Amino acid sequence: MADTSIGLWTVPLAVLGGAIRVSTPFLFVSLGECITERSGRINLGLEGTLVMGAMSAYGISYLSGSPWLGVLAAGITGAVFGALHAGICSLPRVNDIAVGIALMLLGTGLAFFLGKPLIEPTAARLPAIDFGWWSDIPQLRAALRINVLFLIGVAIAPLLYWAFKTTRWGLLIRTAGESADAARAMGHSVLLIRLRATMVGGFLAGIGGSFLSLFYPGSWNEGLSSGQGITAVALVIFARWDPMLCLWASLAFGGAAALGPALQSVGITSGYHLFNAAPYILTLAIMIITCSPKRTLTGAPAELSITR
Amino acid sequence: MDFGRISRRHLLQGSAALALGSTLGVRGAAAAETTVGFIYVGSRDDYGYNQAHAQGAAALKKLPGIKVVEEEKVPETDAVEKTMESMINLDGATLLFPTSFGYYNPHVLKMATKFPKLHFEHCGGLWTDKDPKNAGSYFGYIDEAQYISGIVAGYSTKSGKLGFVAAKPIPQVLRNINAFTLGAKLANPKATTQVIFTGDWSMPVKEAEATNSLIDQGVDVLTCHVDGPKTMVENAARRGAMVCGYHVNQSPLAPKAYLTGAEWNWEALYPKFVKMITSGESIPNFYRGGLKEEIVKVSPYGEMVSAEARKHADEVKAKFMAGDYTIFKGPIVDNKGKTVIAAGTDRGQQDPELEKMDYLVDGVIGATA
Repeated sequence: MADTSIGLWTVPLAVLGGAIRVSTPFLFVSLGECITERSGRINLGLEGTLVMGAMSAYGISYLSGSPWLGVLAAGITGAVFGALHAGICSLPRVNDIAVGIALMLLGTGLAFFLGKPLIEPTAARLPAIDFGWWSDIPQLRAALRINVLFLIGVAIAPLLYWAFKTTRWGLLIRTAGESADAARAMGHSVLLIRLRATMVGGFLAGIGGSFLSLFYPGSWNEGLSSGQGITAVALVIFARWDPMLCLWASLAFGGAAALGPALQSVGITSGYHLFNAAPYILTLAIMIITCSPKRTLTGAPAELSITR
Repeated sequence: MDFGRISRRHLLQGSAALALGSTLGVRGAAAAETTVGFIYVGSRDDYGYNQAHAQGAAALKKLPGIKVVEEEKVPETDAVEKTMESMINLDGATLLFPTSFGYYNPHVLKMATKFPKLHFEHCGGLWTDKDPKNAGSYFGYIDEAQYISGIVAGYSTKSGKLGFVAAKPIPQVLRNINAFTLGAKLANPKATTQVIFTGDWSMPVKEAEATNSLIDQGVDVLTCHVDGPKTMVENAARRGAMVCGYHVNQSPLAPKAYLTGAEWNWEALYPKFVKMITSGESIPNFYRGGLKEEIVKVSPYGEMVSAEARKHADEVKAKFMAGDYTIFKGPIVDNKGKTVIAAGTDRGQQDPELEKMDYLVDGVIGATA
């Protein structure tokens, strides 16, 4: 009977593993929403986009046998949903938050409807890269089996930070988000900028969904998202519309989600409901610490309907 | 909204009456058809609780003269009353199976009072003498099947550590965890069961995290009590651990890792109920049973189950089938050292004390609160 247990070390390891495994959908949705919100619109529909992405990725992967085609399909589905949101919002006097809620319901409903025959079959999954080859601890090796999507997400965050700061495109998105009049005066179509920003946001959120169904937990069912999309939208506010902070916040949420089960597995069983609620407590705490009645949130794009 | 529903229903009833009038002669020739309505709280192909019931419904569809109507994802609210009424009024259902626990009180009771000539069979509720006579509750002692799973798991584990991914610490779940552990200890007295509660019936990400944490702790055989075991089964198999299933047979998901499992056997029970109704007998209002009564069953053993494990498990199964085996036989000590069932006390499967279970037996690592 070889004892392979590593005792209390499980907890930090599970938090590390959780940060890598659970954070990816948060990361993609929050980065996508970051782009959309920086252009001056809130797309609350990303929960629906995430679920639609998860469903279409699973379906395409199952039918074609290629998980990467599934990822692409999820992205395209997401972009279509983004275009729908932006299209409806470009009509006069349409509230982007209300449209977002409608699209959230449409997305989840449509995904459940179309995904009905996909619950039973098993689709081809995305591969993982083994970064733990140097270690003989099986637990560490398992935690370090990392999916490429996670790495892409981690790479997008600094890229986006840089793009917002130094590129022409970044400046245009920020202008549309800070002052629509200024963008118009410069001769740019605000609606077009927002359309593109929302489509890119939807594309990323769809890919986040494909991670859920094709990698972890790794199958399609109706409880798959359980609100992760909407949490990620809130995470953008929490991260002050900064892509790098989105990355750290997503990792923290992923790690916090792993905390509850990990503590129970080492025998710390009291108050597991509290530990399961850790991510939300974390959000509330940071929101309370950083909010102030005297000013609007730092970093908030001025054109957002919540700050205007 | 509501108005629209009623008027549509009246319209349909009106046109049905018209149609009936014109086809009365033809109808007389057709055999009397019984319509049975099934209501599920979730998706009926979830590889879990709802799929087990849907398999029972599918068995009814094969019977002559039986028509089955189904509705999925009906929440445990007034919505289920509306579903029942529309099944009764529009489809002519005379026997209803509202299968989720929360449907019973008050929704099923209310409908049973309103339609005294129809039959309502509820899964999991506790029918008492005060409840309408045309309502009934049935349930299975699936802990017997979990006990067999435990025996197989006890023989199969190399580390002596078993894992249990559970939703909530309610009596039914605790009973399964305890039966699984007691079974495992028959095979390996040193075996322990580590339990993780996820907090709700369907939390795929939490279930996957729980599975990974358990395996990180050295657990090599896992089982669960959540609505859809698919997540646990697939993630455990990917990490090279073995699994025991729950609700239905999940071996197609992980043929190399699936040892055995505790399954519902509604496809055997529901045709019995329908036969009782069509032959004019009444279904007992309070219907319970285990392996012997064919309400639960054990999945076929996987390839890697040793001959020794099969033999022991089959012996115990034979005793259950004969009806002379008790799982909760004193003395039983809980995992805090307190004696919960005194020596000499046998708590048989029907014992109501077991339906109030609030402890985890010695050998389980975990707490109920």
